[in-house]
Amino acid sequence: MSSLDNQPLANQPPTKQPHKTQSPTSHQGLHAFLAGLSGVDQVGAEARAAALGTRSIKKESKMWAIDTAISMVDLTTLEGADTPGKVSAMCSKALHPDPTDPTTPSVAAVCVYGDLVPAAREVVGDRIHVAAVATAFPSGRASLDVKLLDTKDAVAAGADEIDMVIDRGAFLTGNFGKVFEEIVAIKEACGDAHLKVILETGELKTLDNVRKASWLAMKAGADFIKTSTGKVAPAATLPVTLVMLEAVRDYYAQTNTRIGVKAAGGIKTSKDAIKYLVLVNETVGDAWLTPDLFRFGASTLLNDLLQQRQKMLTGHYSGPDYVTID
Amino acid sequence: MTFQYAPAPESTAIVNINSSNDLFINGEFTPGHGAPFKTINPATEEVLAEIAQANEEDVNAAVMAARKAYDKSWSKMSGRDRGKYLFRIARLIQERSRELAVLETLDNGKPIRESRDVDVPIAAAHFFYHAGWADKLEFAGYGDNPRPLGVVAQVIPWNFPLLMLAWKIAPALATGNTVVLKPAETTSLTALLFAEICQQADLPPGVVNIITGAGETGRMLVEHPDVNKVAFTGSTAVGQAIQRQIAGTQKRLTLELGGKAANIVFDDAPIDQAVEGIVNGIYFNQGHVCCAGSRLLLQESIAEQTIDSLKRRLQTLRLGDPLDKNTDIGAINSREQLNRIIDLTKSGEEEGAQRWSPDCVIPEKGFWFAPTVFTNVTQAHRIAREEIFGPVLSVLTFRTPDEAIEKANNTPYGLSAGIWTEKGSRILAMANKVRAGVVWANTFNRFDPASPFGGYKESGFGREGGVQGLGAYLTSEESS
Repeated sequence: MSSLDNQPLANQPPTKQPHKTQSPTSHQGLHAFLAGLSGVDQVGAEARAAALGTRSIKKESKMWAIDTAISMVDLTTLEGADTPGKVSAMCSKALHPDPTDPTTPSVAAVCVYGDLVPAAREVVGDRIHVAAVATAFPSGRASLDVKLLDTKDAVAAGADEIDMVIDRGAFLTGNFGKVFEEIVAIKEACGDAHLKVILETGELKTLDNVRKASWLAMKAGADFIKTSTGKVAPAATLPVTLVMLEAVRDYYAQTNTRIGVKAAGGIKTSKDAIKYLVLVNETVGDAWLTPDLFRFGASTLLNDLLQQRQKMLTGHYSGPDYVTID
Repeated sequence: MTFQYAPAPESTAIVNINSSNDLFINGEFTPGHGAPFKTINPATEEVLAEIAQANEEDVNAAVMAARKAYDKSWSKMSGRDRGKYLFRIARLIQERSRELAVLETLDNGKPIRESRDVDVPIAAAHFFYHAGWADKLEFAGYGDNPRPLGVVAQVIPWNFPLLMLAWKIAPALATGNTVVLKPAETTSLTALLFAEICQQADLPPGVVNIITGAGETGRMLVEHPDVNKVAFTGSTAVGQAIQRQIAGTQKRLTLELGGKAANIVFDDAPIDQAVEGIVNGIYFNQGHVCCAGSRLLLQESIAEQTIDSLKRRLQTLRLGDPLDKNTDIGAINSREQLNRIIDLTKSGEEEGAQRWSPDCVIPEKGFWFAPTVFTNVTQAHRIAREEIFGPVLSVLTFRTPDEAIEKANNTPYGLSAGIWTEKGSRILAMANKVRAGVVWANTFNRFDPASPFGGYKESGFGREGGVQGLGAYLTSEESS
């Protein structure tokens, strides 16, 4: 990996404190840095992700993985038709995913549109995180002022995590400086709230772009980098997540700061979720196997995890009526 | 808590191993007349079965059966009909793939992940591919009436027992030859299961004969006067001996021998994938791969960082029970091979190279060797020159493309090479200058039946696979 030659290394200990923006970067330096990143061979990355997908996780390790996955879920509803009632119901479920079994862990957070943050906060209190999507989600097509207001509004309403989208248009035209500055500004607007930066990898298309966008977001101060909005196909994939995890791993090696990764969209089964945990385990190591550093953005995944959990405990499958719908 | 993977062993219930095994001659299992020997599971040292040893009488019988089948049926059969048999065998390999994979892992020691995902599927692919050629040989570029050679003697090694069998038998049958094949002494079981598949496919008797035994059986087979062609995969020493034995005869010969491949990584390579390629290049199949990337040539500017990444990656490799679906590194195939690896690695240390292995628990029983990396290796070290045939990587560095070529080619071998760079023009320039039969770019150890495989210099001659491989089993002469 090329060195951050124009940047003093932020020598912070591993911390859960909101991640600080690195010192100001000239856009020229940013371009040079991103251009100097090692390329990603798509065939090789896909082969590696597929190989890790063949790991066979059974018995107690499967039970552990399912509970860990549940605790990493950002239970999400991002529909135009969302109502406070719907959000409240989802929040109850987030706290007690399986009402028949109190040993089931809570999920990590609920993720909603900014205007529904109060409804969510009212139910969950400070027991779990409330994440709001902001910055003209999902397209990001608005002025910076609008995006900043969107963010401040959500934080003021009680969101302690902000899921922002990057300006993919600016990224794809090579205007990395604009993307960088926007993240810096949003980060500042977040205050103490953690910032997740959505790369929308389905629009970036190449794994080279995924690596560049990951580094750009981390250098601009992201606490998490997140694959997708869930509104664009493909959303999270194993190869994309692998490349993001590699970026996070290399960033840690350089700065001693651990950045989180959120795989969002398209992960529907326990089997898929376990593949992601294996990917995390064998790419960045088990330090990342915590909700502080890895999340699933999902809605239907949770019920499959719960059904698999019941199967592990009772030995037989229940029907879909034995897990709750939001 | 850390993420531990609970044991996930593949069940062995699917395989039924006979306690004693016969030879397969003229479509039937027939007792051998030599002293039988035992085959063991290298991961546990438990005896799996007793194997018949073919003596001279048995070798004669097998060659005679092959000759009869060649004269009476196989050489006269239309290519279309031969193709049908090959398709049938290919499908049977797929149908019985789990059985073949488990048996291969038991007898060879390789991880089930590899026998299941690599050996068996590619073996089936070789039969499918050559089945397609059987009725199209006149369009393959060997004249308008290419003819088979006759009876082919094939001797194969223990590293990919079923896959090497497929590489040998599929093209031989597709081109109209009949076969006497001798598997390696330590890995006969999948070849005998393949004999069952030949019966199941209703292959005419004598078209494929499998005789088991040690080196002496192989020597008698190769020297048999009624053999028209010899195909051998194995060590360079044995290959040279075979070439001496058949000198002055009309027999045709192809040899696929050892290697000491250079895996060359430039500073503009996709490093994460290159690290995967390095791991796959030398630790795949415990390094028991003739085309293994055993010499890593790193451009100096990225050497340190790449070695660090490699070491970090090696710590995630899982060594242990080959039947466990999560095992990456299985057992060394035999004590003899293990001793050779131990000897050569000792010489590496004595000659001043720096040795490193990840922490891993070595099982008490069986033959095991931890993945090993030697840094500070020079061209003069034995570990940079001799084929180790084990999970041992020698790391050297270079500064310029010319130096990389010079070092890569400075070996008596010439089987394979790898080039890692994102620059397309450099790939082409390097591939032209590396003296190796197979050159991989931004990947390593990829095999496909449509792609020819073979070496230069002491790595042998002749090609297997692809349209080029057919030439080893065809002649344009009218009578052969």
